[in-house]
Amino acid sequence: MTLADVKQGQKIVIRHIADPLVRVQAIRFGIAEGAEVTCSSVIASGPITVKKNMQEIAVGRGLAKKIRVSPVEDKI
Amino acid sequence: MQHCHDINKAIAIPAGARKIVLVGNPNVGKSVFFNALTGLYVDVSNFPGTTVEISYGPLGRDVVIDTPGVYGISSFNDEEKVARDVILDADIVLNIVDACHLERDLFLTLQVIDTGKPVVVALNMMDEAKARKRMVDVDLLSDLLGVPVIPTVATRKSGIDQVKAALDSARPGIIDHELAQHLAALQNRVAKQGDALLILEDDPHVAEYHGVEPGGMREEIYRRRRRRVDDIVRHAVKEECAKVSFRERLGQWMMRPFPGIPILMAVLAAAYWLIGVFVAQTVVEITEEVIMSQYYYNFIMRLVTRFIAADSALGAILAGEFGLLTMTPIYLFGLLLPLVVGFYLFLSAMEDSGYLPRVATLTDRALTGIGLNGRAIIPIILGFGCVTMATITTRLLGSRRERVIATALLGITIPCSAQLGVIAGLISPLGPGYIVIYVVTIVAVFGLVGRGLHRVLPGESTHLLIDLPPLRLPRLENVLKKTFHRTWHFLSEAAPLFALGALLITVLQLTGLLDVFQNIMAPVTTGLLRLPRETATAFIMGIMRRDFGAAGLYDINLTPVQTLVALVTITLFVPCIASVMIIFKERTWKESAAIWAGSFVTAFLTGGILAWLMGWLA
Repeated sequence: MTLADVKQGQKIVIRHIADPLVRVQAIRFGIAEGAEVTCSSVIASGPITVKKNMQEIAVGRGLAKKIRVSPVEDKI
Repeated sequence: MQHCHDINKAIAIPAGARKIVLVGNPNVGKSVFFNALTGLYVDVSNFPGTTVEISYGPLGRDVVIDTPGVYGISSFNDEEKVARDVILDADIVLNIVDACHLERDLFLTLQVIDTGKPVVVALNMMDEAKARKRMVDVDLLSDLLGVPVIPTVATRKSGIDQVKAALDSARPGIIDHELAQHLAALQNRVAKQGDALLILEDDPHVAEYHGVEPGGMREEIYRRRRRRVDDIVRHAVKEECAKVSFRERLGQWMMRPFPGIPILMAVLAAAYWLIGVFVAQTVVEITEEVIMSQYYYNFIMRLVTRFIAADSALGAILAGEFGLLTMTPIYLFGLLLPLVVGFYLFLSAMEDSGYLPRVATLTDRALTGIGLNGRAIIPIILGFGCVTMATITTRLLGSRRERVIATALLGITIPCSAQLGVIAGLISPLGPGYIVIYVVTIVAVFGLVGRGLHRVLPGESTHLLIDLPPLRLPRLENVLKKTFHRTWHFLSEAAPLFALGALLITVLQLTGLLDVFQNIMAPVTTGLLRLPRETATAFIMGIMRRDFGAAGLYDINLTPVQTLVALVTITLFVPCIASVMIIFKERTWKESAAIWAGSFVTAFLTGGILAWLMGWLA
């Protein structure tokens, strides 16, 4: 699945970011490949925001479609 | 060090003074530190070759230099380049980090440590971290970084003295073992460790300066650095699950269409009330009508007529209708200055509150329709302040086509604060119906121009990727300081152009050329736009500054419909000379000429259609 398919509140792991320039920016913000993040909000037909601890990033929908993610099952 | 920019050329460093450089991410309270360390004697200097301003001031025998807030120093934009050059030239780096955002901030910290510079870390906003039940083990953090770490709450001046004291024990931090080996391997070719690091990280400018190939290791170094940051945070930070605060919830709301759009409307309404009503009417009534038009005007007229006859050519140039000593200062200080101050106050408060990136997220969807992304809302909002400044900030957009689209939209459709003030004054008496037609027309042209360019221009636009800082109440001191600098910048740029414009008009008037122009323009003004012949003067003045043009409408007797048509036309008219010069500097010659010519066509075409429609309706 891609980041564009994620629902609000869902926990996911970033798997693959295609664009190298976006990739290095994502590393700076701490949401690089392998990072576990929570989707903090989904704006209808608009950007998706993800959160890791206090750090929050907004990702445009077009870009979100190009970021592969996988869901994390909630541990009880 | 002589990279493309040399800090020593920009500011005067006394002999023997150490350069203490403040570094940090955006919105970590860097300027509060700067003020606390330097006191009153602060200078601001434009960094050579950029529009980035850096402040510097004394601390004892040393010099403290501020840098723009950045997430890293990798030449991704002008701010990063300036921060890079200042850091590479530093004697001591004081890195300010936000205790709530260590995951983000420590990336820059480690990059700075990797340059080998002696570093002190100020762990700021400890009060906020505590409120969020975030415990940072300061000693452990210091051990893991290898540099002194001082906890602070800069806004309450807590920890500042300890930071000052710690500057003497600043030391190079711990560098990743593998990176250290790569750096050592470069040492015989590049003497400075900071330069070597940036070459390994593919910085094209530093590599070119040293005449070596970029190292091609950026992503690898970044990844290792990121792992190390995450590792440090895992060990040094203990977090209890804090409840979602109201502030966070408000931050989320601002980004959704509902209630995000109503919130945005409310903010814009507040801005309109502050600038369009309070400043444009109440304040201007005092500054323009009383102070400048009466006291100042009477004073200057008495003074001028003592030496020169009012009806002579020189008299007209100095004290005539468009006089250099009458209209120019009255208009500049009486009308424009208060408006511009009002706008910058508002903008600076918005910037410091963390609201702008949320507006960018909210508007992203709409802006992708015209080939931009949410980030472009920042130059667009700025454009309502000053189109010239906004055109420069289009640099932050990700691709050339986005910069062209945004520049064209700014140049053609966005009225600046000066112009808005004049427009508001002219249109308010006409009633809400006319205001609605005006706004709808301008918005429609904005959409059409954007969509058209989006369709025509080749290439692809970039997508939104933006940091959402926590919402914070702006600090008055900071807001006032920014407003002051920006206003000063505006005045020093606008005043000469105003004078030049006024002079030109007077000369045209004296030589009778104004009449000739009015006749040449007559088919457009009277035929197409159905306006009186004299309106051409407003357009000629509008080539200098659009607000100048709009102000020229005050003296012409117009029907409500004519006022509306004239205002729409002058809004869409060519941007002021300063903006045009910046557009030509920022864009290619062809693109700029197209934007300039395009605004003539758009203005007269839209005005003509509107005049025809209004005539047909009536």
